[in-house]
Amino acid sequence: MTTGPDSALTAVWRTAVVSAALLLVGAVALAAATDGFQAFTTETARRVAVRRQPADLPAVALENQSGARFTLADLRGKWLLVDFIYTRCPTFCTALGADFARLQQQLARPIAQDRVQLLSISFDPTRDPPSQLAAYLGRFRGRSMMGWQAARPLTPDGLQQLTAAFGITVIADQHGGYTHNAAIHLVDPEGRLVDIFDLGDLHPIRETILRNLSQ
Amino acid sequence: MTTQMLVQIPLLVAVGWLLSRSFPAHVLARVERWNHRGITGLVLATAAATFWMLPRSLDTATGHPLMVAAKYLSVPLLIGLPFAVSWPRMGFVVRGVFLVEFVATFFRLGWLYLISPIRLCNNYALNDQQRLGGYMLAFGGGLLVWLAWKLLWGRFESFSSTHLRSAPMPQQ
Repeated sequence: MTTGPDSALTAVWRTAVVSAALLLVGAVALAAATDGFQAFTTETARRVAVRRQPADLPAVALENQSGARFTLADLRGKWLLVDFIYTRCPTFCTALGADFARLQQQLARPIAQDRVQLLSISFDPTRDPPSQLAAYLGRFRGRSMMGWQAARPLTPDGLQQLTAAFGITVIADQHGGYTHNAAIHLVDPEGRLVDIFDLGDLHPIRETILRNLSQ
Repeated sequence: MTTQMLVQIPLLVAVGWLLSRSFPAHVLARVERWNHRGITGLVLATAAATFWMLPRSLDTATGHPLMVAAKYLSVPLLIGLPFAVSWPRMGFVVRGVFLVEFVATFFRLGWLYLISPIRLCNNYALNDQQRLGGYMLAFGGGLLVWLAWKLLWGRFESFSSTHLRSAPMPQQ
């Protein structure tokens, strides 16, 4: 090893070059890890991902509030708004239910034409049999029974496939209930998840659907 | 969330620090030639730490096996180890800037976690996030008090190269 001021100077330059390279690599890695500095949370990331690349959904067996069985594939050909709930939920699902009730009114015309449908899927199937699902719907829809069904997956594996495909994370809370990422999911007539919306602001949901229907 | 950020990750950093103590002096002297005053190591550790500060990274690291493995490997090897190797070589100004920025990061993130009405991680409940925010503010406050005490009454000489136990300086 050489010694003296020269080697100290080269050490400075080496350090500067390596540090600059590391900064560059770090910036690239950070950009890659955040979808180009767009998505810093998992929740934003899954929205960015489906907008970029619509996600195919599994044809999982479901049972609705009247006990009828179907799969997501059976609903192809119409625009589908999907949310995930459990009927004992005191917070988010109530907000989701209220949002769906408003959407049901605001989209009454395309719903009547069978071009749009609302679907609430329970992620707590053992405690949400058809009777509970029917009671849940009854809490929200006063006037119309049309175009909104609630359903539960028939198998644990089906539930797992659904939550994985939609990007739903459910964690138990201390009160025997669940915390979950609540959002409204848009499925296109080909049965692909194409967009995810926040609760509360229905305007972009309505606009997106009406724009797609008029095309 | 609190456990992952305030217990697990610091322990993984400590693993990297322990690893650095097992390096023989001549290896550290070679590294020194690329790590003038510990700058390279600090840049590497900061870049890696920035990645693990993303809520998205922590969220994915709770379940996804690849991300779990990446965390267990990268936190000791890319944060703890380079930082431990570099800290004794850092000058007073670099250490001061680092420490103040470290405290500020705890305040920024702690405050964000405490007041954010939305969950930043899908795998953690809001009350966990808020508790973590409180702890981070308290920890940052404690660090700040320690730093202030050090500045007012501490001995700065202890910040100097006497920490270089085993690695000789390049010029004798």
